[in-house]
Amino acid sequence: METLMIILTGVLVTIATYLVLSKSVIRVILGTAVYSHAAHLLIITMGGLKTGNVPILGDEDISTFVDPLPQALILTSIVISFAVTALVLVLAYRAYQTLGTDNMEELRGSKYE
Amino acid sequence: MTLLHWATISPFLLAIFIPLLYKYFRKIHTGWFVLILPLVLFIYYFNYLPVTRDGGTVTEHVPWVPSLGINFDLYVDGLSLLFALLITGIGVLVVLYSIYYLADKKEKLNNFYVYLLLFMGAMLGVVLSDNLIVLYVFWEATSISSALLISYWFHREKSVYGAQKSMFITVFGGLSMLGGFSLIYVMTGTFSIREIIANVDLVTASSLFIPAMLFVLLGAFTKSAQFPFHIWLPDAMEAPTPVSAYLHSATMVKAGIYLVARVTPIFGGGATWFWIITLAGLTTLIWGSVQAVRQKDLKSILAFSTVSQLGMIMSLLGAGSAAYYFNDGDNLLYTTAILAAVFHLINHATFKGSLFMAAGIVDHQTGTRDIRKLGGLMTFMPITATISLFGLAAMAGIPPLNGFLSKELFFTGMVQASQYGIFNLDTWGMFLPIIAWIASIFTFLYCAILFFKTFRGKFQLEKLNVNKVREAPFGMLISPIVLITLVIVFGLFPHILAYSIIEPAMQSILPGILSAGERFEVYITHWHGFNLELWMTIGVFLIGILLYRTMSKWSKFGFYQTEQDIFNYVYDQGYDGLIKGSQVITRAQITGRLRDYFVYMCVFMVLLIFYTMFKYDGFMLSTDNLSPVEPYMWLVLIAFVASIVAVPFINNRMTAIIVTGAAGYLVAIMFTIFRAPDLALTQLLIETVSVILFMLVFVHLPKLKKEKIKSSTKIVNLIVSISVGAMITLVSISAFAFGSETGFSSIREYFIENSKVLAGGYNIVNVILVDFRGLDTMLEILVLAIAALGVISFIKLRLKEGEDV
Repeated sequence: METLMIILTGVLVTIATYLVLSKSVIRVILGTAVYSHAAHLLIITMGGLKTGNVPILGDEDISTFVDPLPQALILTSIVISFAVTALVLVLAYRAYQTLGTDNMEELRGSKYE
Repeated sequence: MTLLHWATISPFLLAIFIPLLYKYFRKIHTGWFVLILPLVLFIYYFNYLPVTRDGGTVTEHVPWVPSLGINFDLYVDGLSLLFALLITGIGVLVVLYSIYYLADKKEKLNNFYVYLLLFMGAMLGVVLSDNLIVLYVFWEATSISSALLISYWFHREKSVYGAQKSMFITVFGGLSMLGGFSLIYVMTGTFSIREIIANVDLVTASSLFIPAMLFVLLGAFTKSAQFPFHIWLPDAMEAPTPVSAYLHSATMVKAGIYLVARVTPIFGGGATWFWIITLAGLTTLIWGSVQAVRQKDLKSILAFSTVSQLGMIMSLLGAGSAAYYFNDGDNLLYTTAILAAVFHLINHATFKGSLFMAAGIVDHQTGTRDIRKLGGLMTFMPITATISLFGLAAMAGIPPLNGFLSKELFFTGMVQASQYGIFNLDTWGMFLPIIAWIASIFTFLYCAILFFKTFRGKFQLEKLNVNKVREAPFGMLISPIVLITLVIVFGLFPHILAYSIIEPAMQSILPGILSAGERFEVYITHWHGFNLELWMTIGVFLIGILLYRTMSKWSKFGFYQTEQDIFNYVYDQGYDGLIKGSQVITRAQITGRLRDYFVYMCVFMVLLIFYTMFKYDGFMLSTDNLSPVEPYMWLVLIAFVASIVAVPFINNRMTAIIVTGAAGYLVAIMFTIFRAPDLALTQLLIETVSVILFMLVFVHLPKLKKEKIKSSTKIVNLIVSISVGAMITLVSISAFAFGSETGFSSIREYFIENSKVLAGGYNIVNVILVDFRGLDTMLEILVLAIAALGVISFIKLRLKEGEDV
């Protein structure tokens, strides 16, 4: 299962990189979203995907819980990547309003050059 | 701090007060305040003469950075005292001359004297320092103050060009010299010159010997304008004439000579040192004298003549270093070259200083320095003409002036060197006196041109920039007259220098050559019989006169008509090429496209990681310790891959967002499968909000069009993305295998066991977030808050052009 998940992550990263390399701002932002999915899945995979119990204490045997630490890390990461995505989205919106383009090729240099 | 230390840095201290003196005593020329200091210093250093004459030395120690072995140690011996007397003595005369030369009320005298004092202090520091690092600090201070003085009239383009050029070349040499000093430190563990000379075996035996020597020599050659680094000196002639007389004839350009003389006991004695210095010196000698002949500007002729004379001193230092090679009792015979070097050093300072001052007077009184416009000035300026006549005769080597004596010693040194019979000299040695002889002919020739084209011939008032030519004011003539008197006195009575100055200096250059109680044989005489040197001198005079007589014939050649040194062309082209080349490189890589930079990063990362992995054989694949794959998981995986792979091919923005959103929900489902309820919940919520945000924003963005990318770019993109993906996959698989192989267990047991006991919570993930690792959560909230504020300011804040927050 782990190997499979890692290969899946690799596919995600490939697609994300390809998206980030494209011309339109929308695709670049979608690419970053795919990057964060890849990162989250990789973290949980590297913690081990042993089938066990949900890490909520009850009557279960203590040794059967899955690792709770990667889950905590991912939760933090999800929130942060959401914040960044929201900011970048608004930035793209403002940039388009002011500059009138969403083409990365045209979004370069300054008028002082 | 002893009195010697205060004396050395006193020019710096006075320089602080010059602007005040300039501002509050406008009636008095600032130079008069400056004049006192070098005079006092000259008398002060003069008092050391009895000490060094008897072979004594003075060492004063003041710690500066003792932990690094850098101390402000001063060391007075024959060599440094000779230089200190030159610096202060000619300093007095130059300051006096400058008072009359820069009499104009418009001149910025405060700048001039501050720079000049900085230079004087730096130069005293160079020659008196015993510590290599301190020497280097003062050395660079001379470079900087020299550049400031060259660009004194900074509104002139040529002054700034000359200053920049001299700065580049001398600082380049200075830095390489610092490298050489560091290598010496590596070999001996000390920066003190005396201690290095005492432990010279460590240097000689080391494999760093040659690199250290070359680095130090590069510093000396650039400073002393040796071939091919001489090109800065003629351009430094844009400086005011007192500066040219002081820096570029008598003192700074001799700093390299000083350095070579100072490190001769460390590096000298081998064939490498002998040949590098002798050849560099002789090349400079002949190149400078040939170039000088075709110059048309008085100061340019003098500049190339300085280059050539410095080459002569340098070649003598090289030839004299062979004295270290011989260990038999006769090695005193080989020291004539060193004697000639020291003697000519003094002589050159006297006559070149007076010649520059005379050239300055001509410039000052006629308004031009071009020899094609000058002529017949003898009747109008008899005193200046007399000064020039004596100075030029000394430089050409006419008896009974001091230049004759040092020229004869130069020939003797070179003839002797050609007969050493070591270092392949039996094959090549005969060229040394021949080159010296040819160069002397050219020296004679340009001296004749200088005098006869300026003071004899036809007087052409219409070509000058003044209405009437008259002799300079007396104050301006004092300094050159003093120097010319010295030329004559040293010529007639050379022995007043012999035991007081020359011999102690020779002892410092060649320590350890003498056995106890012995003294160097300094015997300088006008008449040494009918030997080879005398015939050489007669030949120089005859051929020189012949060449001057036939000048009207050969002066038509193109070589004589052009003035530009070929190495100037090389320097200028190299400079332009460097700037253009770096611009081309910068433009090629800094394209302004974010995509390109991202590709650089990806490529670099992939190469670095793959290289490391292959080099340390890091690839691993573990088959055990894996969890089983349930059939229903395949369904999720396939759906996930299908939705993600589709995204780049979608050309409709709504579809693209929805498909990406679907992938996000599939991630949530995966979290559910992997027993992470909190994650699944958060992921669902966040994904929903994100999709809504995407929708909101993308409504305002233009429609997603089909990407119009060149196919070559597309292939590059594809290769980069696939290699990044492959890198992540391979590294993760290896890391996972490595992690299960090391057998370190997770710390999860601690959280699971203590979640209830210590924190009183049942949901372990939540307890970790708010209790065990609460700091993360707090900062994550901060991130969210900052993002929210950012969003608000992006939307709300609309500034107009040039408006500030």
